[in-house]
Amino acid sequence: MSDIQPMLVDTATKIMKDFCTKEVINKAEEGEFPHDLWEALEETGMTSIGIPEDIGGVGGDLEDAMSLLKISGKFAAPIPLAETLLAKLILSFARLPLLNGPLSLLPAQNNDQISFRKTDDAWAVSGKAQYVPWARDVKNIVVFGATSAGQMIVSYVSTDDCQITQGQNLAGEPRDEVMLPDILIDNDRIAPSHNLMGEDIWNRGALTRTALMAGALENILELTLTYAKEREQFGRPIGKFQAVKQQLAVLAGEVTASGIAADAAVSAYEQGGQNQEIAMAKIQVGEAAKAVTNIAHQVHGAMGFTDEHPLHHSTRRLWSWQDEYGSESEWAELLGSEILENSSEQVWSMVTD
Amino acid sequence: MLKELELPIVDLPKETENLREEVRSFLSAELHNESFTTRSDSWLSGFSADFSRKLGERGWLGMTWPKKYGGHERTAFERFVVTEELLAAGAPVAAHWFADRQTGPLLLNYGTEYQRQTLLPRIVRGELFFAIGLSEPNSGSDLASISTRAKKSGNKWVINGSKIWSSGAHHAHYIVVLLRTATHGEKKHEGLSQMIVDLSAPGVTVRPIYLMTGEHHFNEVIFEDVEISEGMIVGEVGGGWKQSMAELAYERSGPERFLSTYPLLKELINQLSETSGQHANIKIGKLASRLWTLRCMSLGVAGLLEKGDSPNIAASLVKDLGTQFEKDVIDVARELIPSRPSMNAPTKFETLLAESILHAPGFTLRGGTTEILRSIIARGIGV
Ligand SMILES: Cc1cc2nc3c(=O)[nH]c(=O)nc-3n(C[C@H](O)[C@H](O)[C@H](O)COP(=O)(O)OP(=O)(O)OC[C@H]3O[C@@H](n4cnc5c(N)ncnc54)[C@H](O)[C@@H]3O)c2cc1C
Repeated sequence: MSDIQPMLVDTATKIMKDFCTKEVINKAEEGEFPHDLWEALEETGMTSIGIPEDIGGVGGDLEDAMSLLKISGKFAAPIPLAETLLAKLILSFARLPLLNGPLSLLPAQNNDQISFRKTDDAWAVSGKAQYVPWARDVKNIVVFGATSAGQMIVSYVSTDDCQITQGQNLAGEPRDEVMLPDILIDNDRIAPSHNLMGEDIWNRGALTRTALMAGALENILELTLTYAKEREQFGRPIGKFQAVKQQLAVLAGEVTASGIAADAAVSAYEQGGQNQEIAMAKIQVGEAAKAVTNIAHQVHGAMGFTDEHPLHHSTRRLWSWQDEYGSESEWAELLGSEILENSSEQVWSMVTD
Repeated sequence: MLKELELPIVDLPKETENLREEVRSFLSAELHNESFTTRSDSWLSGFSADFSRKLGERGWLGMTWPKKYGGHERTAFERFVVTEELLAAGAPVAAHWFADRQTGPLLLNYGTEYQRQTLLPRIVRGELFFAIGLSEPNSGSDLASISTRAKKSGNKWVINGSKIWSSGAHHAHYIVVLLRTATHGEKKHEGLSQMIVDLSAPGVTVRPIYLMTGEHHFNEVIFEDVEISEGMIVGEVGGGWKQSMAELAYERSGPERFLSTYPLLKELINQLSETSGQHANIKIGKLASRLWTLRCMSLGVAGLLEKGDSPNIAASLVKDLGTQFEKDVIDVARELIPSRPSMNAPTKFETLLAESILHAPGFTLRGGTTEILRSIIARGIGV
């Protein structure tokens, strides 16, 4: 844990409690961007955690950024915080100016096709991306793509130049289709991407979802425990029934496992690991999401099935995030094939190294 | 996060890498000499006094204990590394298992100086084995209901009663017995004590109970007017319950709670190949993820124990999730490779599978059943 982390966690939690209420989340689903929440985070530097101070960030490392996302996930914050942190990181690596306000980034799916083309005195970017987080609400989108010669390029475009078709995920978070109709870009906004390759962005994207999911899982555990203690049937709290207790224990187990898996993946990645820990963590939270959402909804009875109760803010996010940046099955397939291409020793050294 | 469920990330210190290499090369040499064959669930079924002695010679027993009792004053993490490597290789560690894992720490916490000096050095050398006497014919999950009792007679105690399911008591030298030294008042957890009983003492009968595989693992241990000197009481008279509970975090969170079928997983991967296809990849990837997660949790608990905390809830979670994983490995193995498991099958995969299937019912019973663990967890998180 870095020295700023406890303070960061406190500040972020306080802001979320004040500005990320049930009403704010509901309004966001109806299309109202939570500007107050965003401003409060921006003012306290939360939106540029993990970016070095000398280039306009507030310092901190990947662990700090991920602990912030855990909180964001826990409160179901309806903002592109993960995208903004990731986009700023890319900008900083590419030595492009850090942009203000919320950001999104492309590609959002690993089959999105984005291509850069040199024109006479500038560049042009074209392509189409789907399921782009908050495209409609941001001013700029960081774009990452290849030239026909295979060179990787980083830049950013104004959303004024894009064609955006609105869409949403299961949690009502904006996931828009974005067309880049051969947008002209000045040379000074173009950078060759050397430090951060496409795969790396994908990995970091998966890490953000792992952290968000670990946070959402934590919230579900808290909600469910509270409900099990309050709701009475047959003259006693339902949490006193052994069948319910057993389910709560399973829920707690999956949440604990996911929390430590998410933390361990960040720590391994920061120490120069490859994508294996990320794969293992994304699989763990994905598998946990299934068990935990089942149990949480079962314990909440019909109440948890209503719009009124906040449980669905977290469960619908899990059902969305579990498929973003690779579902547990996609990661498992990749990991499994890596294992099977090597020897059986591979698993053991993967687990113990 | 609930405090009971918070686990630290433990990065093993660099020094442990050399130790791990040492253990691995020792194990591959032993396998090469055919001093043992890899088995599933080897900490239960792999009894070899010779092998335990070899581990003792290498300084891999009583690793964390003080030097004055023969220990090696190494860290809990170094012990973790040795333990997980032995289990992953399916090495025969059953002989010394309880003494090294449980009895030693128990004596270091509560034992008398005399007990420590006479018993610990021999455990460290791999010469002295212990059995655990908790369960009784009428007391399983409801452990506090035990009825084996000791009555004071002069400066001796006289024990009557019986213990059951005592693993390895037919090989062990001593058994640590939880028994009643006073009638309980309001609370049945009161009036319990722990005593060390010599299994060759007059009045002790060790009767085999065979597993469904035919293996002799369990025993019933019967005590008829067995005389024990006061010096063999561990800790306080009447403090037995608290002392036994303190052992649980160690007992429930170690790598043996998720590695019992690791040898089968390893052989499964050997049998599969990169052409096995998407389904196999997904299944193996998921198992690997769970294995890694469990190890992170187990190490996290070890980290807390090292700091002097007693993370009982987290330890129970490791055991619950870990033993489910041990069973999942079997299901995936059967799903991916059609086979005819048998204890004397011609292939290693089929023998390991047979061992795993036939031992699996015990995984979720021993050391506290799944249901009991989940009740403990639920209570721990406030319901
Ligand atoms: C391989 C193996 C090795 C063992 N080694 C030892 C040893 O060395 N020393 C030793 O002392 N013991 C040993 N045991 C015994 C072990 O500790 C007991 O099996 C265990 O505590 C359960 O007791 P039981 O078998 O009597 O089952 P019971 O307690 O009779 O339970 C039967 C079933 O009822 C359920 N149940 C019981 N009470 C409750 C409740 N309150 N709520 C919900 N469900 C409940 C249980 O979960 C279980 O499913 C060993 C067991 C095994 C399988």
